[in-house]
Amino acid sequence: MPLPDAETLCAALAERLRPDLPSGAALVGIHTGGVWVAERLHAALGLGTPLGRIDVSFYRDDFSRNGLHPQIKSSEIPFEVEDRPIIIVDDVLYTGRTIRAAMNELFDYGRASRIDLAVLIDRGGRELPICPRWAGETLFIAPEKNLQLERDEAGKLNLRLIDA
Amino acid sequence: MRNPQLTRNGELQHLLTIDGLPREILTAILEAATPFTVVAEREVKKLPLLRGKSVFNLFFENSTRTRTTFEIAAKRLSADVINLNINTSSTSKGETLLDTVDNLCAMQADMFVVRHASSGAPFLIAQHLAAMGLEHIHVINAGDGRHAHPTQGLLDMYTIRHYKQRFDNLVVAIVGDLLHSRVARSQIHALTTLGVPEVRVIGPKTLLPADISQLGVRVFHDMRAGLKDVDVVMMLRLQNERMKGALLPSPQEFFKSYGLTAEKLHCARPDAIVMHPGPMNRGVEIDSAVADGPHAVILPQVTFGIAVRMAVMSMLAGA
Repeated sequence: MPLPDAETLCAALAERLRPDLPSGAALVGIHTGGVWVAERLHAALGLGTPLGRIDVSFYRDDFSRNGLHPQIKSSEIPFEVEDRPIIIVDDVLYTGRTIRAAMNELFDYGRASRIDLAVLIDRGGRELPICPRWAGETLFIAPEKNLQLERDEAGKLNLRLIDA
Repeated sequence: MRNPQLTRNGELQHLLTIDGLPREILTAILEAATPFTVVAEREVKKLPLLRGKSVFNLFFENSTRTRTTFEIAAKRLSADVINLNINTSSTSKGETLLDTVDNLCAMQADMFVVRHASSGAPFLIAQHLAAMGLEHIHVINAGDGRHAHPTQGLLDMYTIRHYKQRFDNLVVAIVGDLLHSRVARSQIHALTTLGVPEVRVIGPKTLLPADISQLGVRVFHDMRAGLKDVDVVMMLRLQNERMKGALLPSPQEFFKSYGLTAEKLHCARPDAIVMHPGPMNRGVEIDSAVADGPHAVILPQVTFGIAVRMAVMSMLAGA
């Protein structure tokens, strides 16, 4: 199956967000792929609020099964969350469990006025009642496959399908 | 024989001593600790990793600071924390250490943080748990006799890495009463495992273990010579309560020869950091002007200690 070009998709996603962007909104990318997409959106939309980055490992629901993730990054939320509209950005939306973890973490920084979700690819297969407000593209991907966003040495983003 | 601290998959099962832990595990703990430091800056200083778990602080020996930092670490991970000061409790009624442990296991303990005056007590508990088939219960050594204090050693390494970034170009001096110090032993094992090329120990002959040079350290009895061009000065507390007989003429004499003053610190590199595991005896092993001066990183050590203990507890709980 030919996969869409990730850079084109980022540009298209930015154009979908632009007309609906709440004033004072802040983007929060989820490590690692979500941060790359959020960086593209942040630049394309020229947002004044600095970009937030979170690693949801501390909030994952599979901790007791899988243990602590070996390479956790520090979350950085360089703005007040209280009363601010927040847009969570991720690369691939699948079960929805990562987004649940991200929302839980954001609540520990404050009460956002609203939280929306923008994803590069919605691949279906949800296990929680979570739905993106904006998606670059919706694709059906079989459960035996992992869809990953990668960044090459030149900094270009690419989608890749690998066996789960 | 398998290292009793590691699971069959090489994950950390208990933290009993730094001696014998591979460098990869030490580095993994130091790396895992950084994101936990960020939690302290948030509105809600809590993470859900140990939600529903019961952590028992078993302190057979008094220690307000260590117990408090373990308690804060466990509470920030959402664990239920139960503090037992055993010297005032069951053992005075004749219950053995392992009877106490069995009773707490029957109360669904998930983790024991153990401080004991006898070297090896946390090992004994870990062995007992294995023999009982209770491998899901984890043990952290919070200081046993003269043997080890691994989380102190780890938080010291975290502090050094924070200020010096790397270990492989450092000269580190450990100063004072090494004879009675479990902290010093953990520090030496950690420093050598992490690749510090030169570890020095400085102290009077009476307060240095006779076989100390076997640990791969350079021994100095003259403090100024020992401090020459060091990057890190790790002071130890003079363990008055552990002194038996005449190991020392007087605290004043000790201060004259081995107390860290600004004048002696001048022998070290200009960007040297000064550490102390606390509690400090001002005017005995360290002068107030140094303890409160620009080289001291003693209070950051305490703050980093919480993050390092959170990282250790999370790694154990996930193993």
